[in-house]
Amino acid sequence: MSLWVDLYRPKTLDDLHYHEGLSARLRSLAASGDFPHMLFYGPSGAGKKTRIACTLRELFGKGVEKLKIDQRVFLTPTRRKLDVNIVQSNFHLEITPSEVGNYDRVVIQEILKEIAQTQQVDINARHRFKVVVINEADSLTRDAQAALRRTMEKYMTNMRIILCSNSTSKLIAPIKSRCLLVRVPAPSEDEMVKVMHYVAERQGFKIPDNGEVAREIAQDANGNMRKALLVFEALKMQSVTLTGPLTIAKPDWETYCQKVGDMILQEQSPKCVMEVRAKLYELLSHCIPPTVILKTIADRVVEKVDESLKAEIMHWAAIYEIRMRQGNKKIFHLEAWVVKVMSLYKQFFFDIDMSGFD
Amino acid sequence: MSFFHPQQQREPAKHAVDPSLQPWVEKYRPKTIDDVSSQEHAVAVLRRTLTSTNLPHMLFYGPPGTGKTSTILALARQLFGPDNFRSRVLELNASDERGISIVREKIKDFARQTPRAQVVASDGKTYPCPPYKIIILDEADSMTQDAQAALRRIMENYARITRFCLICNYVTRIIEPLASRCSKFRFKPLDPESTSSRLSQIATAEHVDVSPAVINMLIYTSQGDLRRSITYLQSASRLAHRVVPDRVIKDFAATLGIEVTVDNDMDVDMDSVKRKRAANFDAIRKKVKEVVREGYSASQLLSQLHDLIVEHPTLSARQKAQSALALAEADKALCDGADEELWILEVALNIHKAVA
Repeated sequence: MSLWVDLYRPKTLDDLHYHEGLSARLRSLAASGDFPHMLFYGPSGAGKKTRIACTLRELFGKGVEKLKIDQRVFLTPTRRKLDVNIVQSNFHLEITPSEVGNYDRVVIQEILKEIAQTQQVDINARHRFKVVVINEADSLTRDAQAALRRTMEKYMTNMRIILCSNSTSKLIAPIKSRCLLVRVPAPSEDEMVKVMHYVAERQGFKIPDNGEVAREIAQDANGNMRKALLVFEALKMQSVTLTGPLTIAKPDWETYCQKVGDMILQEQSPKCVMEVRAKLYELLSHCIPPTVILKTIADRVVEKVDESLKAEIMHWAAIYEIRMRQGNKKIFHLEAWVVKVMSLYKQFFFDIDMSGFD
Repeated sequence: MSFFHPQQQREPAKHAVDPSLQPWVEKYRPKTIDDVSSQEHAVAVLRRTLTSTNLPHMLFYGPPGTGKTSTILALARQLFGPDNFRSRVLELNASDERGISIVREKIKDFARQTPRAQVVASDGKTYPCPPYKIIILDEADSMTQDAQAALRRIMENYARITRFCLICNYVTRIIEPLASRCSKFRFKPLDPESTSSRLSQIATAEHVDVSPAVINMLIYTSQGDLRRSITYLQSASRLAHRVVPDRVIKDFAATLGIEVTVDNDMDVDMDSVKRKRAANFDAIRKKVKEVVREGYSASQLLSQLHDLIVEHPTLSARQKAQSALALAEADKALCDGADEELWILEVALNIHKAVA
């Protein structure tokens, strides 16, 4: 038995629940013979992948659902071996080049050339080109993006590329100019509620109390449809009737982060910094991305402090976040931010002039 | 049609692509250098080389979509004709391995071959076919410093029989010794007139009705990038079935998140800027969250916000300068891969501080 998220994932463009205008556009693009290179972007859980899969199905028919997983070995110029998993059907191929880190250029170069130089042999295929779906395009390195440029033009007869990313900021302009950009916004709360009602109907039950629960889940999910459906299913497991006092369980790390936030505000002393450090290490060792830690703690702190401090705290959060990216030891910058916040807070309360310490 | 009806024989696969399915960007790529839009200076110099059969090493630089690659390909084709093209031109781009070893082996080998004597072209035309070969290094700014350094002496040694053409977006990434060996051509963003004439030319050839308003919209959204505007024109015409009303482009542009002043994206920014005087931290934060949820990319937002602030009628010069500073900081941070939400918020707060 699969999860509801996968079970009721729309398969065709007609099944999609929201952004009808977008679906109509994708449909007519797929119907015309010349399909452009595309770049889907939007927040996570908005349905980018689903839309890509639907578009592929519209392009090639049912054949794209027959997937097989291939493991390929690539050689870097320095003779290191890279193992890459490739999901492919007869008509398309899906790669996540960011899996191999800095060597993604090698993968892009080899795979794309290979696809580009072979022609579609299946006579019954609806289109002569194959589609390459590149996931997490925003984590491609500059080199890999540069490697895409001319290939995208040169081999356009045999290949189309669909890029999928969270934002277009990290893609170089030449790539953007070669693609049709498609923005997939997160669904609104009403749309999410609608989808949950649909899922409930397919599962054969009704959401009680006019869908009050659904609305709550939608608010909590903050535009992430996948998260909403997962929570919805979890709640259904908790109480079959979906009535009574239901609490949407927050992930452990989130409550933990909030605890850290409270600690920062409770006491500003070297001792407290040590305690916070231990907690931060704990979070990091559980593989919570440092940016997420910083953001969650900052959110919590900002909720509780005085209006005049909020802007300052967020400002420093932004500064230390970028330092964290540039440096390589994350804990330093997290701690630096914690100390900064503490000192700001103390200054605010005791009105100490600490300008000499900056 | 009955089920048993014999299936229509499909045409055997041809090597040539059906022109109606070809992307317009490729289909209308200039065939001769005279077709190249706008870049008069470069074209004038290159035209002379066609008659004099002498060519310097060249370095083309400029923003994407201005015709750098098209120009050199068209020139090479005009010089050598279709038959000799393969043996006389080596095109290497970033999709090829271009480390130092390749420069030492492949490029050097190609550079030292003496070109074969001219043969009569198969299509009956005569081509100048000068006695040298051309090596095109596309996207040269992504070559490593070492690889570029290895090129230096090669370029001089074989200058008698080989010409190099380097193409890049950022001329600063080409090492000085290489740049000084080439004559530089700057490709500027296309001016609106040549873009619009090119677009309407394509539209007529494809039997698509476009009004001047649509063309203006395309020019505005693509900002001098001809390739982008052609891609949009083609996609829009596919959607709207041969007529492209103004609204569709706008609609299209808005969902694609490109720069359209009146679309909702702008509204969001507009009122966040306006309301900032009164707004407090939480209001701004909420707005930022909304924008992020809508999926607009941060760099897009920054550039639009920048245009809005710079052209704002009532803000003082000092306020504008401070906002610009905030925007610049954020742009750098985003380039380094910072978190978008945090930095949009940071920009919003800074501008708020500057404007209030």
